[in-house]
Amino acid sequence: MADLLNALVLFANFVLIPGLSYGAQLALGALGVTLVYGVLRFSNFAHGDTMAFGAMATILVTWWLQARGFHIHPLPTALLGLPFGIAATVLLCMLVERTVYRYYRHKKSPPLVFMIASVGVMLIINGVVRFVIGADDRQFADGQRFLIKARDFKQATGLSEGLSLKVSQGLTIVIAILLVIALFWFLQKTRSGKAMRAFSDNEELALLSGIDPLRVVRMTWILAAALATIAGTLYGLDKSFKPFTYHQLLLPIFAAAIVGGIGKPHGAIAGGFVIAFSEVTITYAYKKFLIYLLPAAWQPHGLVQLLSTDYKFAVSFIILVIVLLACPTGIFRGRVL
Amino acid sequence: MSQPQIQSGQSGQSGQPMQPMLRASLAFAVIAALLLLVGIGQSWSFALAIVNLCLISAIMALGVNIQWGFGGLFNVGIMGFAALGGVAAVLVSKPPVVAAWAAGGVNLLLAAVCCAVTIALATLLYRRMRKGNARLLCMTAVIGLGVLAMRYFYTPAVGAIEAVQPSQYGYLGGLGLPIIFSWAVGGLFAAAAAWVVGRVALGLRADYLAIATLGIAEIIIAFLKNEDWLTRGVKNVTGLPRPVPYEIDLQQTPWFIHWVQQRNAAELSELSPEASGEALRALVVEASSLFVKLCYSGLFAAVLAVILALSITALNSPWGRMMRAIRDNHIAANCMGKHITARHRQVFILGSAVVGIAGAMLTTLDGQFTPGTYNPLRFTFLIWVMVIVGGSGNNLGAVLGGFLVWFVWIEVEPAGLWLVDNATAWLHAQHPVRVHLLASAQYMRLLLMGLVLLLVMRFSPGGILPEVVRRRQAPAPAERKPAE
Repeated sequence: MADLLNALVLFANFVLIPGLSYGAQLALGALGVTLVYGVLRFSNFAHGDTMAFGAMATILVTWWLQARGFHIHPLPTALLGLPFGIAATVLLCMLVERTVYRYYRHKKSPPLVFMIASVGVMLIINGVVRFVIGADDRQFADGQRFLIKARDFKQATGLSEGLSLKVSQGLTIVIAILLVIALFWFLQKTRSGKAMRAFSDNEELALLSGIDPLRVVRMTWILAAALATIAGTLYGLDKSFKPFTYHQLLLPIFAAAIVGGIGKPHGAIAGGFVIAFSEVTITYAYKKFLIYLLPAAWQPHGLVQLLSTDYKFAVSFIILVIVLLACPTGIFRGRVL
Repeated sequence: MSQPQIQSGQSGQSGQPMQPMLRASLAFAVIAALLLLVGIGQSWSFALAIVNLCLISAIMALGVNIQWGFGGLFNVGIMGFAALGGVAAVLVSKPPVVAAWAAGGVNLLLAAVCCAVTIALATLLYRRMRKGNARLLCMTAVIGLGVLAMRYFYTPAVGAIEAVQPSQYGYLGGLGLPIIFSWAVGGLFAAAAAWVVGRVALGLRADYLAIATLGIAEIIIAFLKNEDWLTRGVKNVTGLPRPVPYEIDLQQTPWFIHWVQQRNAAELSELSPEASGEALRALVVEASSLFVKLCYSGLFAAVLAVILALSITALNSPWGRMMRAIRDNHIAANCMGKHITARHRQVFILGSAVVGIAGAMLTTLDGQFTPGTYNPLRFTFLIWVMVIVGGSGNNLGAVLGGFLVWFVWIEVEPAGLWLVDNATAWLHAQHPVRVHLLASAQYMRLLLMGLVLLLVMRFSPGGILPEVVRRRQAPAPAERKPAE
């Protein structure tokens, strides 16, 4: 019995909790991609770097607050910086929308042109982020580190395996849940949200019913910027902030959006968790887990790891390929790109 | 960018056939002048180093232009195909490590056999069985068993191979052939990878191809970083053989020394005998480095010329017209009986092969294979900037873009440093703002590239050398006047 519990705790500690928090971060990122796709109809390659920009803005404010001695002790100071980061990112997205995308929308350019333009935006934001904060790892987490410490858990339960829950992981999950509830309330209940959904569903019909396209587009960018900043900051708190990592997050985020069904917000959330849990479960070494469960004679010698952690990008890619081949619209019947 | 009438391509000026040629010659003259300036102002060795990479970039840009300019395919996995070319350079040129083959060769081959059998069985099941849960189950079982069998042989093989003198070898080595063959092999590797990607992603819409190629590039790099038995992973393979002479050999070759002596006879004769010996030695060292770089330039230029000639011919052939017809309106082309997916696959494979060739050439030039240095910004998106800025759909434009953008990419860094240095000169030398700005001036070039891309797209969508659209029976300029 104790062996079974130990195995479960081990699994929760190394698969369930990291998968949940990583999945929540991916889901928030994929929501931004999916909203932009649904309303503006292009895959935004700059989203990963927008996340980096948002996180950077938050970090700068956080550092300033930390230097001034502002703290909200058990929680990380970055939460105080978050609103400023969101404001900065919203401004950036509005600026990009005004100077870059609006022109192509007026010209009714094909989505590919938007995509290439977003590559240009990506390069610019990437350059700005590295110019301002540098290309190295940055730490900005403070406050209490753990909600549950592995040692306390062991003492409390008497098990030999510890369960630890970082504050950043707990925060990620809580914030993601609140945010998703707020977003769905906004999309389903408010006039602006309904206008957005109508616009995404059928642009001509929405225009005929008097929906202001500029307002919808602005709303979309505000939401995408806020989601990107929050996702970026939470990812940075959980791991660490490095511009290049954010750039590389683009692939799992796209994979999550497509797997769930692009253009569908609930699909993005499901996709985020599918991708995150596949990455974590496939790259986790099950040796210890199996040792607890199997009789002594069957115990494994190797690590029992399906793929080494370096191949985590391969996992999101393979899932993406399977979904593309089996049902190109994704789990929730999004658009076919 | 100040000539907005360029963007429509044929408004007013296309009546004169010399116009595009003149434009191209002018643009290339500007590049040549810039390179000459670098040669005179900085050093000839530096200028030649830029030229060599310009040539390679131009070939990569040509490959992307084949995909984007001819076929309208958005490939953002250029980095992966270039890296595959680099692998080819290692696998062709390095001598085989006999001990490693003896240690793990058999097991590795067995693993490969298992892999092949699994794929064959799975394909067979997919073709022969009816669609449904039974097929899904059978295929999953076959693939699962196949993976287990493969790992049974693979894990010990890799362990054995990587244990063979890990500080020096730890990998299988290559074939020990002249490295120049690897350029063709690199093209083949990239073409094979492109075939696989094409099978998966080309039937679907354009965005999926972009995301699929983005993923495959990351996977190729992850594979090369981690599979030490193949290319030593992040431990890098250094000391690749060269297709050109080594500087150190040249410096001891009598005819070369003699040649340098003759070239500089006037200057040397003015010095005393000892001083002239010293001076000659320095001159020989400098000349040998220039000579080697020139050899590379010659080889690269030859490859570029061949690929450029082939691309231009292809674009002007019936095949090229068909490709452009598909690009501009694939539904109409389909109605004319063209197989869109097959043609797309063809053009995708061709373009990737060209990128693979360029990747192998790059690794040859570096003399080492370092998987850690492949970065999507440098190897994918920079190439895209080259194609868009140079002129998508125009082969000469892609070459021009390769030259221009690479030149700017290299020269912006010192220019940016100089600018920041002067702009913050009034600050204290250790002032944090100044130190920070000096340290991050190098990232300005990413910003600049993005800016250039957006500006060109907006104000001159055809690029510097826009695509030339030739119409068979263009009305004479005089007849067209009243209509406008």
